[in-house]
Amino acid sequence: MPTSEVYLDHAASTVVRAASKAAWAAAVEAHHANPTGAHKAARSARRALDDARDLIAEMVGRDPAEAVFTSGGSEADNLAVRGVLAARGGTAVCSAGEHHAVLEPVEHADGLTVGLDAKGQVTPQALADTLKAADDVSVVSIIAVNNETGAVNDLPALAQVVREHAPGALFHTDAVQALSWIDLAPAVADVDMVSITGHKVGGPIGTGVLFVRAGIELEAQILGGGQERGRRAGTPDVAGAAAFAAAVKATVERRPDEVVRLGGLRDRLVDGLVDRLGSAVVPTLLGRGHDSEVAAGIAHICLDGVEAEALLFLLDAQGLRASAASSCSSGAQDPSHVLAAMGVPRELAAGSLRLSLGHSSTPADVETALEIIPPAVKRLLRHGGG
Amino acid sequence: MSGADRRRRTYAEPVVAVTAPAFSWLAERIGGVEPTLNGMSGNGTSIVGRAGPVLVAMSGGVDSSVAAALLVEAGHEVVGVTMKLWGGPSDTGCCAVSDVDDARRVADRLGVEHHVFNFGDDFERDVVAPYVADHAAGRTPNPCIECNRHLKFDRLLRRADALGFSTIATGHHARVVATADGPRIGRGADAAKDQSYVLHMLDDAVLGCLLLPLGAMTKAEVRHIAADLDLRTAAKPESQDVCFITNQHGREAFLGDRIGLKPGVVVDRAGTRVGGVGSVELVTVGQRKGLGLAGGTDPHYVIDVDPTSSTVTVGTAEDLLVDVTPLESWAWTGEPLSGELELQCSAHGVPAPGEVVDNSVLWRDAHRRVAPGQSVVAYRGDLVVGGGIVGRRGETVRRRQ
Repeated sequence: MPTSEVYLDHAASTVVRAASKAAWAAAVEAHHANPTGAHKAARSARRALDDARDLIAEMVGRDPAEAVFTSGGSEADNLAVRGVLAARGGTAVCSAGEHHAVLEPVEHADGLTVGLDAKGQVTPQALADTLKAADDVSVVSIIAVNNETGAVNDLPALAQVVREHAPGALFHTDAVQALSWIDLAPAVADVDMVSITGHKVGGPIGTGVLFVRAGIELEAQILGGGQERGRRAGTPDVAGAAAFAAAVKATVERRPDEVVRLGGLRDRLVDGLVDRLGSAVVPTLLGRGHDSEVAAGIAHICLDGVEAEALLFLLDAQGLRASAASSCSSGAQDPSHVLAAMGVPRELAAGSLRLSLGHSSTPADVETALEIIPPAVKRLLRHGGG
Repeated sequence: MSGADRRRRTYAEPVVAVTAPAFSWLAERIGGVEPTLNGMSGNGTSIVGRAGPVLVAMSGGVDSSVAAALLVEAGHEVVGVTMKLWGGPSDTGCCAVSDVDDARRVADRLGVEHHVFNFGDDFERDVVAPYVADHAAGRTPNPCIECNRHLKFDRLLRRADALGFSTIATGHHARVVATADGPRIGRGADAAKDQSYVLHMLDDAVLGCLLLPLGAMTKAEVRHIAADLDLRTAAKPESQDVCFITNQHGREAFLGDRIGLKPGVVVDRAGTRVGGVGSVELVTVGQRKGLGLAGGTDPHYVIDVDPTSSTVTVGTAEDLLVDVTPLESWAWTGEPLSGELELQCSAHGVPAPGEVVDNSVLWRDAHRRVAPGQSVVAYRGDLVVGGGIVGRRGETVRRRQ
């Protein structure tokens, strides 16, 4: 009976990296002033903030002038979609498998959604069909790497579709999960706005950036002192930005090695589950290795005949932290809108399990998971699914 | 030391010690021993001395908060769970995120784990859809009873079993009483809060797994304990009415969205039109107001609702009385009983004497009509011995002289 925690929910929030903690502590120690002030202490804080901005932009291959610090991915996504709609009006379009931080603003504005294919991706054809049928599209948002399934979208191809069928529209991507797994610079080269957050890459929760290409008309969603070039009011979080930047740097520098290492662990995990559970395991996406169309660290499966909520309870009780679909605000498991958009039957989707690896994951984590998960699944199968 | 001081001393500090060994049952449960719902031998009258962990259904109200506290105090390994049943709007004090927060914070205070189970699909299928269908058929359902039948004491129990819990507990004001014939539901000590009526459907198998820690307490005592423990739910108002029907928009809006409500004619027993209603599906047997009747006559009451012909039949107070109430279903808790029983037709209604024979209630004294869809619960003494749902068989209703 394992007693320590096996954390396989890095896609929800990962362990804060040592470099990030050190950067946060150093910034907090060094900077107490408001970075928008005029005195020397303020200028010093402002320098630290802009150093962080420069570093993050460099790591993602964008111009630092594009970077708007936010409170996280959700705020960045909201600013992109709602900021454009507020400034330009028109119709918003996103995929049906977006994170709720994009989906809700789009649906709230009576926007349009594009379905996913069985691999969880948005096909250029599906996007083109939607854009051709829509009037006055002003913003299109397609997630770079899906947060539930790990499916990777072909952003350059989708950007081409937007240029062709909705030339007046801005193209946004939620790259919150992607930053850990893919080289963002080429992926987002033709994307107008990009959201990232710190806590998926080993930085603190509560940090985010929206990159906004120069010249884009965007209405701020938080009004106040005009910080962040008028795009986002509120005193900038200097220490958070420094810690975020340190985490992004570590992530990007180690990414080539990490995707190979974690891709191997992910395959070992999925293969082990299939070996032990046979046909009860329905791999949602058959991603292999590290160069596939699925993010290396995300193992998403469905367990036929099992209630995810019951399974998570049993796993949690034995120290294994995982998740199913997105949790609603009460903590209950809601049926996955991503799987629904992929055409996965609701009953099968009820058994979804996302095991996500991160920088602190070890082979021992995988071996322990392979000891814990199969007996729990078998127990539930004996009990009508739980 | 006075009683209050002693209790304060026992309860006042958060009970955190249980956190560490929590889930200790799980290794053996998963590895080998299979707890079964039917294999329980406990008599349920005491919350002390039961083996194994207890899953406590915590709604976020004061009753289930105190039930959980008492079980922790008695030394049980307790896990709290809140069922998320309804995804739509609610303003009636049930199923809201704030209630989940209350349940979680009470669990934190007690040092026990808390989980949320989403049984929304089950609730829609087993409670909401039948509620709507019943109204469409001119019946007056009791969704809280169906929620107990299908959710709390079936779905949750099956989940509990799958997770290795052989015992569940709720904060209902009723008792599980051991009898020679097996466990029975008994009335709670607080007559005004007694909830045995809504638990009437529980059979031996369920009662063998169930703890009701509040059965011997009054509501005042429950609130006193909650205040003593400084639980945030101590002064929380009672939940009211049906959780998925909002006070703001009501039954009419809810049903109107799901089924087309039809206007109906109101006729007297001779078939003469005497009034009209906007929505025949919202009319209930026994109803007196909102029937569009001319003033100046004796009071008239609804004695029948037929949505097929959109007809509501009214009669005098005398016409409202019957000797026989038809049942569309009936289940005895144990062996079928003959002879006179106390029969109760609403959650806190006054029981009346009668017999249950051939799917009918034969009242000793003429009894007010009971709306089809409502539950009749039979008691012998303080114990529930059976229950069923009232049907609509007008032709069998006759006056016994």
